[in-house]
Amino acid sequence: MIRLINISKEYKNGVKALSNINLSIKKGEFVFLVGPSGAGKSTLIKLILKEEEPTGGKIFLNDKEITKVRNRRIPHIRRGVGTVFQDFRLLPNKTVYENVSFAMEIIGAPPKEINRRVPDVLSMVGLSEKAYCYPSELSGGEHQRVAISRAIVNNPPVLIADEPTGNLDPDTSWDIMDVLLDINRRGTTVLMATHAKEIVDIMKKRVIAIEAGKIVRDEQRGVYEHEVSNI
Amino acid sequence: MSMKFRIFKNIFKQGFQGMWRNRGMGLASVTSITAVLIILGLVLVMILSINNVVTEAKNKFDEIQIFLEDDISTEELNKIEDTIKENEEVLSVVYQSKNQALDIMKEDWKEDAYLLEGLEENPLPNSFIVKVKDIEYSDLIVDKVSGLKGIEDIVYYQDIIQKLVLFAKYIRLGGLIIIGILVAISVFIISNTIKITVSARKNEINIMKYVGATNGYIRGPFIIEGVLFGLMGAILSVLIVNYGYEYFFNAVNDRLYVLFTVYLVPPTSLVKDISIIFTSIGMGIGALGSLVSLKRFLNV
Repeated sequence: MIRLINISKEYKNGVKALSNINLSIKKGEFVFLVGPSGAGKSTLIKLILKEEEPTGGKIFLNDKEITKVRNRRIPHIRRGVGTVFQDFRLLPNKTVYENVSFAMEIIGAPPKEINRRVPDVLSMVGLSEKAYCYPSELSGGEHQRVAISRAIVNNPPVLIADEPTGNLDPDTSWDIMDVLLDINRRGTTVLMATHAKEIVDIMKKRVIAIEAGKIVRDEQRGVYEHEVSNI
Repeated sequence: MSMKFRIFKNIFKQGFQGMWRNRGMGLASVTSITAVLIILGLVLVMILSINNVVTEAKNKFDEIQIFLEDDISTEELNKIEDTIKENEEVLSVVYQSKNQALDIMKEDWKEDAYLLEGLEENPLPNSFIVKVKDIEYSDLIVDKVSGLKGIEDIVYYQDIIQKLVLFAKYIRLGGLIIIGILVAISVFIISNTIKITVSARKNEINIMKYVGATNGYIRGPFIIEGVLFGLMGAILSVLIVNYGYEYFFNAVNDRLYVLFTVYLVPPTSLVKDISIIFTSIGMGIGALGSLVSLKRFLNV
């Protein structure tokens, strides 16, 4: 589903964000991407979203190589990846329903399909009753659920979440994790960058740890960090 | 409804919304486009009128008058006529006797013609009036004839005409430069106006990009907004220039400065051209202004 071969990225100012990254994520996996701030998590996500070009290596997404593509193709690549951010990024002057339907409108979906699909997605994240509220009337967790609805409304095979629980309290964070797990169970591949140690440790999913631009650990049923072993 | 059409409809809707939300700065844009187009209209009228004057002058003054000495012999007279007629560039040669010249003068002078009655002897010379195909050939003919005997003087207007042509050229050039500068200013004003909409919708644009909106979809509404401002400016300026010029033209005509108005372009022949030119330039400025302000946003 997502495959990076020998990826490196050096920014124009000389900062080496990533070097020799090799990773492969299969369809339907749930993967945590962990590491300290500045380790390269965001750069990795930007490469997959085609916000940045790698300086070396190859990227495959949904079985297609996307290392070098024309600018015209980028929007179509992004339609295959739902994205959720720490800061939600909702439109304040649109209702919950409109925030979600907007994602379908821009790709020209038929109104019939929009009218069917948006309530479906909203009920999936438990927001059916708030469909006509504005973002200012919602709590932080509800904001993020709207953002998740928007990310998955067009049925992308991959969902990327960049610290989706970063702005939420622990209880709400677990609600969001339940939603993400639910989405993953329905077949969507989920890649989540996070600092939430507790969540990673309890979920026992695949963990990829990055430090200083390199993958230092990649294990199934992993934890946030290895405990320092007692001698 | 096809997908393409729905997308198109969305873009249009947003373009109109943007125009309405942005109406304050929009007014500034429309005003600047209107001003530019009005000045363009004035320059156009001026250029067309000067072209008229030049063409008229060329037709009127395309003759060379060769004055003959009174004691010229028939031989010399024939020689001169033959020399002139040899040239391909000559359209016609007419001999004007001193009596004919006096008659013409009397006609020109009208009521003052009695002054000429008292003349004991006709002071006017005999002459040949030579018409050439183009005023530019007159030097050539004058050169050939001037050496011959029996010629008192040669009068022609090449210098004046050439100056007039040159003058028209400079006016045209100057007008174009002024218009160029004004168009650039308008593009700048429009691009700033659009930038306000763009930054007001910055979040929306970012989200659109992440959800996979094409650049065309993102750009579309802003271009439509700019084009609409341009179109409004064009309509306003067409109305102003058209009615203003018609009023001016009639006012001049009514006061019987007919001499002047024959050189002016009639307003009726102006409307269609001006509408086409103004609409395309106005919409062009609008679209260009939007593109300029969007350039920064498109490379993410």
